[in-house]
Amino acid sequence: MKYENIILALLVVVIVIAPMIMYSGLGEDQGYFGGSDDQGSDGVSETGYQPWFSSFWEPPSGEIESLLFAVQAAIGAIIIGYFFGYWRGQGKEEE
Amino acid sequence: MHIMEGFLPPFWCAVWYVIAIIVVGYGLYKIKNVVDEFPESKALLAVSGAFMFVLSSLKLPSVTGSCSHPTGNGLSAALFGPAATAVLATIVLIFQAVLLAHGGLTTLGANIVSMGIVGPLVGWIVYILLKKGGVPSKINIFLIAFIADLATYVVTAIQLGLAFPEPNTMAAITKFFVIFAPTQLPLAIAEGLLTVIIWNGLMTYRPKLLNKLGAIADKEI
Repeated sequence: MKYENIILALLVVVIVIAPMIMYSGLGEDQGYFGGSDDQGSDGVSETGYQPWFSSFWEPPSGEIESLLFAVQAAIGAIIIGYFFGYWRGQGKEEE
Repeated sequence: MHIMEGFLPPFWCAVWYVIAIIVVGYGLYKIKNVVDEFPESKALLAVSGAFMFVLSSLKLPSVTGSCSHPTGNGLSAALFGPAATAVLATIVLIFQAVLLAHGGLTTLGANIVSMGIVGPLVGWIVYILLKKGGVPSKINIFLIAFIADLATYVVTAIQLGLAFPEPNTMAAITKFFVIFAPTQLPLAIAEGLLTVIIWNGLMTYRPKLLNKLGAIADKEI
C-alpha cells in the first residue's frame, strides 16, 4: 500500500497527541506528564528505602538533559538514515 | 523501565548482574557468529542498535497522564534473537546511565535483564511460533515489538516487587505493575507501529538478508 508508512506514522502522532488533548491545561504542577520511571522510584521510596548509591554525574539542568537526549536520538537517526541511503543507492540486493 | 541508580539493594544488583553478564557474553558470541557467517548483517546490526537508541530516547505522553518511553528492543530480537539484543541494550543503557543519569550503573544488570533479555525473549518466542504458523512478518513484527515493550515493564515491576516486598511480594509486584503497565500500553502500540515502518524499509531493501537471518519465511522474499 502506497501510503502505508504515512498512515502508520499518523497513528503514532494520534497516540502521542491524544493524552495532551485529554489533559489539556494540566501540567507538571498538577502532577501530570511526569515520568513513570520516576513514579517507580517514588514507589520504592514509599517503603522507607534510602538509595545506597547515587550517580557520579547528573545533567546539571533540564536543558542539558534534553540536549543529551536529543544527541542520543540524533546518533540513532544518523545511523539509520546512513544505512537506508546506502542500501537504496546500492540498488538491487545481491545473492 | 529504568530502575534508578541505587534503587535496588546490593543483593539484587548482584543477582541481575550475574544473569546479565552470562547472557551478554553469550550474545557477543552469537553476534560474532552471525557477522562471520553474513558480513553484510553488520549494517543491519547497527540499524537495530540505532533504532533502540532513538526509541528509548523518546519520552512520550500516555493516556494515563504520565510519560514513558518505548524500548526499541523488538526489532533486533526479530532479526538477531534475544541474546544479541542484550548486547545492544547494554550499549544504550550504559550511555543513559553515564551521560543522562537515567538508570544507573548499580542497576545496570537489572535494566539489561528487563530491556535486553526477558522482554525481547518473550516477544521472540511469540515471533518464532507465529512465523511457524505462517503469520505474515508485517503483523508479526508489530506483535514482537508490542509484546517485548510491555514485557520489559512487567519485568521491571517484578524486579522492584521482589526487592521491596511490602506488605508482601505479590502485592508489591502488583503495585509496581499498576505504575508501569497502563501507561505503557498505548506506547507499546506506538512502538509496534514505528517498528512496522522500519520493517517496511528493510523488506524493501534487504529482504534476502532478513531471510538468511531466519527473520522471514522464504515465501516473503
